[in-house]
Amino acid sequence: MKKIVSAILCLALICVAFVACGNNESTEEGPAAYGFSGEKELAASGTVDTTAADITITGDVSAVKIGVILVGDDTEGYTKAHMDGIKAAAAALGIADSQIIWKYKIEETDAVTAAGNQLINEGCTYIFSNSYGHQSYMAALAQANPNVHFVAMTGDTAAAANLSNFSNAFTAVYESRYVSGVIAGLKLKELIDAGKVADKNKDGDNIRIGYVGAYNYAEVVSGYTAFYLGLKSVVSNVVMDVYYTSSWFDFDKEKAAAELLIDKGCIIIGQHADSAGAPTAVQEAHNKGIEVYSVGYNVSMLDACPDAALTSASNNWKVYYQYALACAINGQDIATNWAAGYKKDAVNVTELGTACAAGTAAEVEKVINDIKSGAVKVFDTSKFTVGGKTVAWAYASDTNGDWVNDANNVVSGGQFHESYVQSAPAFSIRIDGITELN
Amino acid sequence: MKNSKIAHEPFFHITKRPPMSRLSAFSIRIGAFFAALILSAAFVLITIGIDPWTFIKTMIKGAFGVPGAEKADSFSAFWSIFSKDSYFWITLKTACKLLLIAVALAPAFKMRFWNIGAEGQLLAGGMGAAFLMFNYGTLPVYILLPLMLIVSIICGAVWAVIPAVFKAKFNTNETLFTLMMNYIAMKIVDYFYNLWRGPMSALGMINPSTNAGWLRSIWSGKEAAWFRNEDLIFMFVIILITVLMYLYLKFTKQGYEIAVVGDSQNTAKYAGISVNKVMLRTMAISGAICGLCGFLCVSSQSHTITSTLGNGYGFTAIIVAWLSKFNTFVMVGVSILIVALENGSMLMANTYGDLGFSPASAKIIVGVMLLLIIGCEFFINYKLAFRSRAAKREEVTE
Repeated sequence: MKKIVSAILCLALICVAFVACGNNESTEEGPAAYGFSGEKELAASGTVDTTAADITITGDVSAVKIGVILVGDDTEGYTKAHMDGIKAAAAALGIADSQIIWKYKIEETDAVTAAGNQLINEGCTYIFSNSYGHQSYMAALAQANPNVHFVAMTGDTAAAANLSNFSNAFTAVYESRYVSGVIAGLKLKELIDAGKVADKNKDGDNIRIGYVGAYNYAEVVSGYTAFYLGLKSVVSNVVMDVYYTSSWFDFDKEKAAAELLIDKGCIIIGQHADSAGAPTAVQEAHNKGIEVYSVGYNVSMLDACPDAALTSASNNWKVYYQYALACAINGQDIATNWAAGYKKDAVNVTELGTACAAGTAAEVEKVINDIKSGAVKVFDTSKFTVGGKTVAWAYASDTNGDWVNDANNVVSGGQFHESYVQSAPAFSIRIDGITELN
Repeated sequence: MKNSKIAHEPFFHITKRPPMSRLSAFSIRIGAFFAALILSAAFVLITIGIDPWTFIKTMIKGAFGVPGAEKADSFSAFWSIFSKDSYFWITLKTACKLLLIAVALAPAFKMRFWNIGAEGQLLAGGMGAAFLMFNYGTLPVYILLPLMLIVSIICGAVWAVIPAVFKAKFNTNETLFTLMMNYIAMKIVDYFYNLWRGPMSALGMINPSTNAGWLRSIWSGKEAAWFRNEDLIFMFVIILITVLMYLYLKFTKQGYEIAVVGDSQNTAKYAGISVNKVMLRTMAISGAICGLCGFLCVSSQSHTITSTLGNGYGFTAIIVAWLSKFNTFVMVGVSILIVALENGSMLMANTYGDLGFSPASAKIIVGVMLLLIIGCEFFINYKLAFRSRAAKREEVTE
């Protein structure tokens, strides 16, 4: 008897301990990264440079040598988009092909260091890398070579590194994701009006949509939330399932994830992964007579999915590279953090598919103008909730490396300012209506 | 009757050659190399229209050249091949890595124990080092680094001894067993990689700010000197082990035991050699060297762990060991040859990517070269006898 009592007491103690722990993690205000009441001052502005795109060339164009470290080659949409951007920018500035040295298929390992040092030996003074995992090696190279400029595209540590020759850059791709969401919303509205949304596509009153994501961190979370909010601005009763593949490029995994979402009844499949796996699954389902449509990323998916691809959210990297290469010609420092969207024409959606609803093009133009003018805010805090509550403040920077944002509030004036203190996306709040399946 | 018999004789048949003179064997190998070069040059000419001379020049530059050396005068150009990460330096460094794994395989192969698990043994060693580096980065450098070294060697040895124990006790097939151990090691590394990267898409370097567990942390704070160089120490250790392994196999009693077991297990038993003991001991040595290679790669080269730490060299080293007939000094040359081919063709891909010469095309070049170089060994050991000639000879004798 005594034993049983003490065992029960022990269990009770453990339970209390766990509850106490739980309380520590989320106070009444909300999780440590954001809260629902009170106001915090907006972090120092101007850390992210969005205005520096227009600079005058004062240097000698023929003297500059550029190195580019790429995670893939032109067979892969993401890397091809970067290559096209660099080539277009170089052509616009008059930089010859022979002044750019490419390193293809550089893994996210010390291969970056070797490639970087080779480029330095070749005489490159401005070196770009295009994958997130290249970043720590680029930072180390920047420290060891103060006379060479390094840009880790899509990275997030340049602001903290405090080196004048190490920068990050990213586009405000959440804007084009929002627009691609609007395009999907218009299609969904057309389907609803035509009575083509089946019971299978519904979860209660809500219509299911799906999203194939790569990894569960801010870059992807920010993207799918923007897509969801764009869609929701047209059709309010939608819920979204997200399935992660843990890879930026894996045709089979992405296809399987899309098939799983289609089986669950998702009627729109968005994606933040680089292959045409998801659109291929959508086309196959479409061929079987299932009502489902695809929204892609980076490149038009109309080749893989001619009947059911609506559009793709894409980056126009040329805008950034033209700015950065102009800096290179002038021999000046590149902005530590750079991010720009529709205002600078740095993001867009690709060609609309034939499946798009009538009048989509006009509506897209209107939304883009509203984003430019500020009439539409992508992360408008009045448009989303967490646990039924409105987010009052949210941090955008992680200062202690535990992957929880703990500094720099970016919510003010009724919106979450994305890409505000760093060029890489910082929105990692999981909002109501979106479910992560894995 | 006789005529029909001749008609049924196969078009050619293969016969074993008597041992060939060294000179003619060497000339066959050189011939194969040039045939491979001509084939590759033809491939490049046809696919992207680059002339053979440019192709060979680019291959040599990518393997042994100095980036941007055209500008420098010849004297400083010569010294700059030793500069940090010149193509020559990288080839040397990478060849050393391949060499060490081949050296690790040599005793096992000489014993006719087919250790296909070098990749996994290297990863096991690297994983041990990375684990300590990640979790115990606060330990003082003179404790952390030796601890990493010892743990790596033990991990590599254990990974190799497991299949050897099964072979000794249950006579399992060591080829399959060691092969499968590779994939287990890869998955263990993937597990920790994914755990440590957290929600981010890549781990990056471990301890980039403190350099804890990096070889260079030994001399942190001291002024720079030519010998305070991670690459140099990496290469020095590997060359030292290569020499030691040569002496071990050639001049020690244990080395002799390995040779006897490899030639005939029954002879070994008759001579009173415990085959199982030799097998376990040799595999432990083989795995320990692979584990050491893992430690060197993690602490002096990559400063992180990924399942591609071995770069597939655990498998490539099998070709190296085989081509060198387990002679560790020949392995030096073969390792440099293979890495030079890889790096040369990679520079082709980096230079002519615009014309459609992709990294995959680079692999085709390496593949063609290796196929011919390995293939020529066949013609050194065997000869083809064609039917017509055989038939003719028969007529003559009649």
